[in-house]
Amino acid sequence: MVSGRPVVGEKDRSTAIVPIRVPAEHADEAEDPRLSDVDEWGRSERTRALTRAIYEPVYSKWFRAEWEGLERIPTEGGALLVANHAGAIPSDAPVIMHGIEKELGRPVYGLADYFFRTIPVVGTLWARAGGVSARPANAYRLLKEQHQLALVFPEGTKGPSKSFTDRYQLRRFGRGGFVEIAMRAGVPVIPIAVIGSEEAMPVLMRVPTLSRALGLPYFPITANLLAFGPLGMLTPFPAKFKLRVLDPVHFDVPADQDRYSKSRIMEESEQIRSLLQEAVYDMLRDRRSVWFG
Amino acid sequence: MSRRVLVTGADTFWGGRMVQALEQDPSMDVILGMGAHAPSVPFERAEFVRADQTYSILNRIVKATQVDTILHTFMITNSTTVPKRAMHEINVIGTMNLLAAAGTAGSSVRHIVVKSSTLVYGSAASDPNTFHEDTPRTSPVKNGVERALVEAESLVRDFSEDNPATRVTVLRFANVLGTHLTTPISRNLSGPLCPSIFGFDPMLQFVEEDDVVRALVHVTRGSIPGLYNVAGDGRLPWSEVAGICGTRLVPLSPFSPLKIRPVARLFDLPEELADLLRYGRGVDTRRFAATGFTYNATSAGAVRTFIRALRLRRQSGREPTSYTYEHDVEQFFRHSPSVMGTHEP
Repeated sequence: MVSGRPVVGEKDRSTAIVPIRVPAEHADEAEDPRLSDVDEWGRSERTRALTRAIYEPVYSKWFRAEWEGLERIPTEGGALLVANHAGAIPSDAPVIMHGIEKELGRPVYGLADYFFRTIPVVGTLWARAGGVSARPANAYRLLKEQHQLALVFPEGTKGPSKSFTDRYQLRRFGRGGFVEIAMRAGVPVIPIAVIGSEEAMPVLMRVPTLSRALGLPYFPITANLLAFGPLGMLTPFPAKFKLRVLDPVHFDVPADQDRYSKSRIMEESEQIRSLLQEAVYDMLRDRRSVWFG
Repeated sequence: MSRRVLVTGADTFWGGRMVQALEQDPSMDVILGMGAHAPSVPFERAEFVRADQTYSILNRIVKATQVDTILHTFMITNSTTVPKRAMHEINVIGTMNLLAAAGTAGSSVRHIVVKSSTLVYGSAASDPNTFHEDTPRTSPVKNGVERALVEAESLVRDFSEDNPATRVTVLRFANVLGTHLTTPISRNLSGPLCPSIFGFDPMLQFVEEDDVVRALVHVTRGSIPGLYNVAGDGRLPWSEVAGICGTRLVPLSPFSPLKIRPVARLFDLPEELADLLRYGRGVDTRRFAATGFTYNATSAGAVRTFIRALRLRRQSGREPTSYTYEHDVEQFFRHSPSVMGTHEP
């Protein structure tokens, strides 16, 4: 063991106080001081594995999630997964993350509004489970520098906050920031159409006064709240989830440009939105029952 | 090439260590330590000049000694060490006077190294996971120490634009842990109980004490200009830091716990820790690594170094007498004709 204490009787006291160490001194320390496997994003594979074990029954028994075209998701390299977003407390995010991690065995980082980080406990659990705040710099680092899968819902809170009467009508895809990030990072966008999320937690009405008072992006009254009382916050209805992975969209523009044509971005974003909207409609056409698919 | 270096804050922890480190380098011909109080560590060949904290006589010192490098270590990054007013005086007014002295016509100063902190990035929920040197803060400046550092850095930036001939280096250090340094974080980790904010477990990045000294020596010796983040590799959650240090976390209410004075007193919770203990902070260190610097310790390694030193201090007796600066004695050794030592020019 290396002692940090100056040897008694050492002549040159100043070097003992300021040890300008040669790097070798540290190199032999084999034991890693780390206790957890939390990565720089706050994601912990152990927490994820535990979450997956708990969520597995919800995924396969409650929602009976069914994938189509999962092979379109690459097994390595960065890709930006883009999906439609619905249900007051959306189940689409955990279902997609769980499904891909289970089937492909690679982590998915879920990008969401940084608002989550401000909520005690929730913010921490969210980060440990693979949640990352949706900053362009974060997405770029994940996709380009770390070759990871990142999941983003371009509708943002507009998706989950829309009421049940607007179900499966995709909202505006922001300002197309996700396209710009994919271009800059040089990765494809992989659209994923999801059905079932709307019926899992339908928003009957919103209470803007409450959301303002509580500082929340929206405050929904869900059918689940009426059915189960406060427990309805955590209990989605067992709607059958179906997910369809669409063909990856590649943008043939060079990565790392300072800026990209705004009109091109908006065009691509709109294109992806309509692809998703069309896929959702197509899946709904084939769906006989909300509960049995 | 022989160098003439002036170190500010030579009476402080970092200044003292920097003087000692530079003394080991034979190419550092003249080393001047400046400080308001007597230095707390012995200097071998460096000369100590007592000056007030805002460097009003710096102009004369620079002119008289023709120093080519100023190592500005005297930047307060720990608000518990000085009163608020003094912090502004030291960081902002001090830096301003220092730059004014260095920038006078015919000045001999060719290189200025400033020790800053990643505090300038702040800490907020809206932050990116990793701050690059050019990433702006996402949150308004909330506390005195951050404001003082941001202002001081902007003075430095202006100076380097106005004086293109002078190399300017700014190193932003992450939170430091190590063998000797005492900070609010290290004090909290030293006790049996350690504060955390309920429901938050921020990712933190540390730099080891010796790596701070080595980084400053690296840029001073190599005259490397630029703005750099300096932090160990990797990040770890606060709970894990506490775990490595064997202290138990006490969750404080997430609703402005630091406003409750008794709680803030109980622990060492200056305002700059309030947000850090919620949202943490991560910085990109590739730019500094590209200058050829290698770290001895990772973030986790810095925590380990700290706790190993702490365990030793806990289990062993008082260290032998600390050094007391005696002006006359030091002057005698440096200037008396009777001294035959190797320090004579």
